[in-house]
Amino acid sequence: MLNRPEKPATMTAEPILRLEGITKTFPGVKALNDIALELYPGQVTALIGENGAGKSTLVKIMTGIYQPDAGAITLDGEAVHFPSAHAALDHGITAIHQETVLFDELSVAENIFLGHAPRTRVGFVDWKKLRAEAADILKNMGASIDPGARLKDLSIANKHLVAVARALSIEAQIVIMDEPTAALSHKEIEELFVLVDLLRQDGKAILFISHKFDEIFRIADRYTVFRDGEMVGSGLMAETDQKELVRMMVGRSVDQVFPKQEVTLGETVLEVKGLSHPTEFDDINFTLRRGEILGFYGLVGAGRSELMQALFGATRPSSGTVTLEGKPALAKSEADAIEKGIVYVPEERGRQGAVIGLPIFQNISLPSLKKTSRSGFLDLAREFALARKYAERLDLRAASLSQDVGTLSGGNQQKVVIAKWLATQPRVIILDEPTKGIDIGSKAAVHEFMSALAAEGLCVIMVSSELPEIMGMSDRVIVMREGRIAGEFNREALDAETLVRTAAGIEET
Amino acid sequence: MQALLKHRELILVGAIAVLVGLIALRFPGFIAPRNIVRVFDDTSILMMLALGQMVVILTRCIDLSIAANLALCGMIVAMINAAFPDIPIPALIVVGVACGAALGAVNGLLVWKLDIPSIVVTLGTMTIFRGSIFLLSSGEWVNAHQMSAAFKAFPRTEFLWIPVFSWIAIAVIALFFVLMTRTPLGRSFYAVGVNPTASVYTGIDVGRTRFFAFVVSGIVAGLAGYLWVSRYAVAYVDIAGGFELEVVAACVIGGISIAGGIGTVAGAVLGALFLGVVKNALPVIDVSPFAQMAISGAVIVIAVIFNARAERKTGRIILRKAEASA
Repeated sequence: MLNRPEKPATMTAEPILRLEGITKTFPGVKALNDIALELYPGQVTALIGENGAGKSTLVKIMTGIYQPDAGAITLDGEAVHFPSAHAALDHGITAIHQETVLFDELSVAENIFLGHAPRTRVGFVDWKKLRAEAADILKNMGASIDPGARLKDLSIANKHLVAVARALSIEAQIVIMDEPTAALSHKEIEELFVLVDLLRQDGKAILFISHKFDEIFRIADRYTVFRDGEMVGSGLMAETDQKELVRMMVGRSVDQVFPKQEVTLGETVLEVKGLSHPTEFDDINFTLRRGEILGFYGLVGAGRSELMQALFGATRPSSGTVTLEGKPALAKSEADAIEKGIVYVPEERGRQGAVIGLPIFQNISLPSLKKTSRSGFLDLAREFALARKYAERLDLRAASLSQDVGTLSGGNQQKVVIAKWLATQPRVIILDEPTKGIDIGSKAAVHEFMSALAAEGLCVIMVSSELPEIMGMSDRVIVMREGRIAGEFNREALDAETLVRTAAGIEET
Repeated sequence: MQALLKHRELILVGAIAVLVGLIALRFPGFIAPRNIVRVFDDTSILMMLALGQMVVILTRCIDLSIAANLALCGMIVAMINAAFPDIPIPALIVVGVACGAALGAVNGLLVWKLDIPSIVVTLGTMTIFRGSIFLLSSGEWVNAHQMSAAFKAFPRTEFLWIPVFSWIAIAVIALFFVLMTRTPLGRSFYAVGVNPTASVYTGIDVGRTRFFAFVVSGIVAGLAGYLWVSRYAVAYVDIAGGFELEVVAACVIGGISIAGGIGTVAGAVLGALFLGVVKNALPVIDVSPFAQMAISGAVIVIAVIFNARAERKTGRIILRKAEASA
């Protein structure tokens, strides 16, 4: 099926897939607003935008996981809609994700043909043909992967290759690649690009999502830029440059005001020296002063969350020291970190932050139970009083503190998680993407609170991939790239384009 | 969700009441106080074990070795009594509980330190425990005549019209109620089951919590082992054979979610009582033993279906509320 004559990519072809006026609203958040996107056969279209710009939502709509509230999808001139993931697949749309969604325990060949395996005349799976065809596809791709190998024994790069092979085997017309290079080494990225070229020559329409500008300029024919759920520009790569793309990505109206209070910074509270991890980050040095909000900016996969998890005792660094108020504070476990006064509000609120299924007051009191108990037994009255105190401080909107935290909106859940930590009276609070996926009202509340906390003398570390948040809230910003500190900027010296360039490793022009 | 659970327990109470009422219509003797006490007494061990199992299931594990643990502890206690009839009963209870806790700790350590799925661990230890009984006793029975009179009489001694056996069960239920609702450990059982990842990020050691769940389940099994051999005045390799499944069934009927995190002491007790009533009533209304097994099984399946539906409904309600509040 790969033996079609090669056709050169032409820039004048008709789009094979056209999305118009796509709008998608989640409770409290408008994820996509009247966006348009066109994909052309034999061309790579890069989708560019900050985190939270709506790229993933769009991918989910294109693959039938979400249904748009409004808008039309036209495929090959015909109006289509994808009520399910299967429907999208049937229309020849396939996605390769950052973390491949394949089956670890199955063989490479089975993964390639799962769901559309060749059959014998009586309807059984034709294993011989399946293996032969899988081997054929892999060979045509120039991949040296044994079709009989189990997927879990493969490297991430090779898993991507299998995903590509699967796309070829189902004769997909449209291939979406959602940050496929995030976890790959330099050499593996080169190999992936060869494959993208192969797909392009095969006439597939490719949507390539990446944060890395060098990649986009290497591989893409066209671009579309999203910002805050809206399409802000599109065109041919040949007619633009990095500077213009960065400007489109970050340029925004300045109506967003951040409630950052001016704080006189106190003495140094936290000092991190030479902190390294075998695979995630290397030689991290920084200090944190009383009352300071320190922003960590970088691309996904730059090692920021991993660094924070090390500070919180969730992973063990290989070398380096952490000092808190003059005492060694390299946490041995999460409980140890909490004991020492370092707390962490994780990125994935629903999975790691809030204990959904437990009532609000139990969520807030969970790490403080020792404090509220009397001689080893829970004192519900004291527990409830503690929860009420911190819920009120955070202006939590809930009918009752006894209701399941899962019934709250994302913003209020985040408040519960923060309340939980404040109740432990920490020295340092680490917020990992604190406003990701929460509505604007709650966002402002979280920001306001963060600022108030700092003013009271708490040290705040904020990991964020949202530029306005980083620039609006931080006293100082550390930019990380590929596990290392790539730059440090004081509040006065903050500049959106410089931050993006530092994070992406683009030379100053 | 809490309200729905309460609701569920009321439904169970209602179901038990209806069941007892129907039986009483044809056999008034079934609701004579003496008989009710007897049914409760009969169900005591099931209730205690269901509570131990509940704690383990709450943490997203399962203890299949609970009945084998009971049998091994029971055999140890019985052999000690046969060999040294003068050792007082409280000391024997301590021995039983200590053995049970130790065996539970073995399960817990394997789950915690080696990170092996609990179903595999306890399937293995279940067989090991049974095998150990055989090695200990060389396959011999400890019969009634080898046990001391005091040993046999203790559980049947009546106090305020109710046998000591039942009083112990009542005490265990009360202790579990305190453990689950009034201690940090009880709270962490729920937290670990509801969301293990978030629990880790809250400073709860998930493995350690599971370890304690297995120790709790072991303690109950050890106590039940002593009670079983002294009440039925016999100990051999196969006592309480297959009982672990009945225990899991009681939990499921009682609304304890096999997926972890959801369940109450009242639910486990009522689930066990429901099964106990069914098992005691069927012979009364003259159902053949084979049909009894089939009916018990059907009851379990119906309860599971009911459970699954109830859980699905909570999910939908949560979503609707979330949408409304946004």
